[in-house]
Amino acid sequence: MTLLQLFLSFFQIGLFSIGGGMAAMPLIQNQVVNLHHWLTLTEFTDLITIAEMTPGPIGINSATFVGIRIAGIPGAIAATIGCIFPSCIIVSLLAWFYFKFKELTVIQGILSGLRPVIVALIASAGLSILKLAIWGENGFSDNLNSINLISVVLFTIAFVVLRKWKPNPIYVMLGSGIIGGAIYLLV
Amino acid sequence: MENKKNIYRKLFTSTFYLSAFTFGGGYVIIPLMKKKFADELHWIDENEMLNLAAIAQSSPGPVAVNAAILLGYRVAGITGALLTILGTVLPPFITLSVVSLFYTAFRDNAVVNAVLKGMQAGIAAVIADVVLNLGGNVLKEKDIISATIMAGAFIATFLFKVNVIYIILICGSIGALNLYLKIKKIKKDGNLQ
Repeated sequence: MTLLQLFLSFFQIGLFSIGGGMAAMPLIQNQVVNLHHWLTLTEFTDLITIAEMTPGPIGINSATFVGIRIAGIPGAIAATIGCIFPSCIIVSLLAWFYFKFKELTVIQGILSGLRPVIVALIASAGLSILKLAIWGENGFSDNLNSINLISVVLFTIAFVVLRKWKPNPIYVMLGSGIIGGAIYLLV
Repeated sequence: MENKKNIYRKLFTSTFYLSAFTFGGGYVIIPLMKKKFADELHWIDENEMLNLAAIAQSSPGPVAVNAAILLGYRVAGITGALLTILGTVLPPFITLSVVSLFYTAFRDNAVVNAVLKGMQAGIAAVIADVVLNLGGNVLKEKDIISATIMAGAFIATFLFKVNVIYIILICGSIGALNLYLKIKKIKKDGNLQ
């Protein structure tokens, strides 16, 4: 019964969260905290923190976290499948439709309008992360003391390395994590 | 063309690997997918990667999972999609299963926090690099409408936090209308450029 409930709750979260991470947050809170009392609000806040600290979509992270706490590994599996089930069906249909009709003028037109949007969304996400890296949780401030110089230097070096030598980006991310981490722990 | 087994294996390992290192959700994994599948493996071109990202963003569910489904389907049909779903879901599933056992210790761990703080700068640099390439290519088209959409969408989402759904609806309609007008004009002028 619990497994079915987990599946159905995360099915709804998956179905109604259009636009990724942040859009899913209030839906997850509603299902997990308000409706089913699977987590307290404090635990939910912890979940958000951990989801941001670990790789992967927040929907999957929450499903695994809540599922495992309520009903162990089977719970985590039921919740995760629930979360991705709507995607699998809807996106598969869209994929079929897209690859069959992608030459259609109207589809070409819509996509030509959306491609620059995706670039803008990636830019916006990148700038938010950069802002977080440089100014932390409190956001932008014109006080020079609030600038995290280590982040500025790491960003600049990583950026130059990427432009110049085009290494695998994962190594750059890991490298800045290890070097930055070591500096933060030492100073 | 490489044999099927090899493609299946590469699809799974690539998405698994990308998903395992994608801190920060959909908009970090899309640049990484572009680098891996378009620039490195040449299984898909840059424009098509952006098309798939647009569909992934407009559909319900996690953007990373949606993009993985589209990519897998494009490269190797339904089997490909199943493999990329598994590859994308397994890393966070495994990580969270382990972390949930001792999550307060993990959350408060100084080393974990320091490394993650260091990674933020690297992730921002990776995204900046990809944005420079993609944005440069949009500007190279010398299409005033594409450039305006890009600037407008950026301002709307970054400064005004407008819901992405509205941006997608509006810009998709603009794109369709724009192409329709262009075709009408070509037909009227009677020359196909």
